[in-house]
Amino acid sequence: MLARRSIVNTWRQPGAWAPSVVFPLMLAAVYAAQFSKATALPGFPEVDSFLQFILPASVLQGVAFNSGEAGSAMATDIENGFFDRLVTSPSSRISLFVGRLAGAAVFSAGLAAVLIAAFAAFGAPVKGGLLAGAALVVIASGLSLAIGGITLIVALRTGSPEAAQSMFPLTFVAIFVSSAFFPTELMSGWYQSVAEVNPITLIINPTRRMVISGFAADDFLAAMGWISVLAVGSLGFAYRAYLGRVRRG
Amino acid sequence: MTSSIAFGPSGPGLVQLSRRAITRLLRVPALIAPTIIMPAFFIVAFTGSFDGITRVDGYPTDNIVNWVAAFAIVQSASFAGIGAAGAMATDMDSGFLDRLLVSPVRRVLIVAGPLVQTAIRALIPVTVVLLIAALKGASMPGGLLGIVVVYAGAIGAALIMGCVGLAVVLHIGNIRAMAIVQIVAFVFLFPSTGQVPIVVMEGWLQTAARYNPATDLLLLVRQGFLGDVTWANTWPGLLVILGGVAIFGSWARYELGRLRD
Repeated sequence: MLARRSIVNTWRQPGAWAPSVVFPLMLAAVYAAQFSKATALPGFPEVDSFLQFILPASVLQGVAFNSGEAGSAMATDIENGFFDRLVTSPSSRISLFVGRLAGAAVFSAGLAAVLIAAFAAFGAPVKGGLLAGAALVVIASGLSLAIGGITLIVALRTGSPEAAQSMFPLTFVAIFVSSAFFPTELMSGWYQSVAEVNPITLIINPTRRMVISGFAADDFLAAMGWISVLAVGSLGFAYRAYLGRVRRG
Repeated sequence: MTSSIAFGPSGPGLVQLSRRAITRLLRVPALIAPTIIMPAFFIVAFTGSFDGITRVDGYPTDNIVNWVAAFAIVQSASFAGIGAAGAMATDMDSGFLDRLLVSPVRRVLIVAGPLVQTAIRALIPVTVVLLIAALKGASMPGGLLGIVVVYAGAIGAALIMGCVGLAVVLHIGNIRAMAIVQIVAFVFLFPSTGQVPIVVMEGWLQTAARYNPATDLLLLVRQGFLGDVTWANTWPGLLVILGGVAIFGSWARYELGRLRD
């Protein structure tokens, strides 16, 4: 019921979900025009277009934006007293926590499907077909749990929707220090070294191979494996923060 | 924070509201941290990620920092400006704005207070970016004047985005408007010469960047990194700042009036 509340609540406020769709599409349009000449540089993977190259990054961005909403909504519940009312109600204490995340995961899956369709409409289809597209949707859902956990930590610790929202730019920049927008082969120095070991690179690279070459079970499992590691870490800390707030309440 | 404020008819009210906004910023570390961390990431991420683009024919410098530092500065300042909107949204959610509206404080000061905080807040990221740019080997042939226009442009960007953010938040009425404000900042900044010059772009973006006011603002901030500061590279940016603050500040003021009605 709480997951449904989370989805309905988000859906009813276009201001909450529209940026998750619009922002990645706009950035993709800009980057495709800015960096299209870079696809001819030695070291750039073989792609049909720069737009196709950044499809996984765009999905990741949309998910990051949407997952910030989970933290912001949780903080709003804390601020307006709904959180305390729920904690003192006879419902399971974990339900508010899980409800928010489940809502974000479902929304992210839909978001990924919309972005894949939009990229295909603009001439950048997923080469791996339906199977690779479905894999991308599952990866998006998993990522929303991992990133949502981070925003929930901030929301639960501060109780400030503004602070939870302010985590998005940090997530955005963390995406930058990876192969999301440019291949690590064309980077240099310590930045290249960091980008190569950034978990986002380790998730994006196999996901991108499914987009530009075709579905491969190894690539899917590699991406999901890293997502699981991130999710366990972020959700673990978030749950600890949740229990702390419940105790204080 | 709902501490009592002695509202004067004009000046004292502005001081009190600005002081409240700044104190609030200092008391919530989660708000001030991105102001310092983000610009550092911006300059490092832009220069690190797109280092290879300098190999494309037509890129005007072989050190990407000289081109991208201006973008990191304007973007960081803009996000600092958006902070004003976040503060206003929180005041709306908590009901503090309602109390301000029934107080004798002049309405324009309710908008001006967060903007003063925003202008001060913008100085932090600009300084951070300048220091990192220097460490990454940026040049400043424009000298002291080059640094002055960097700060002027950054404060201008913060004020413009602060006004836009306030107007949107006052129009929509809650914290979720912040996501829209971030989109507006994106639309303003990215289709510009922020990361590559117009000759390196292709298609629709060349036209968009040519007419985007952010390109003029970037020209103002960037000129000192690439050469001498000239009036020809300065006045378009100043015009953008004055026009932006006048238009979006008036819009924010209008939205506040509408809210009271």
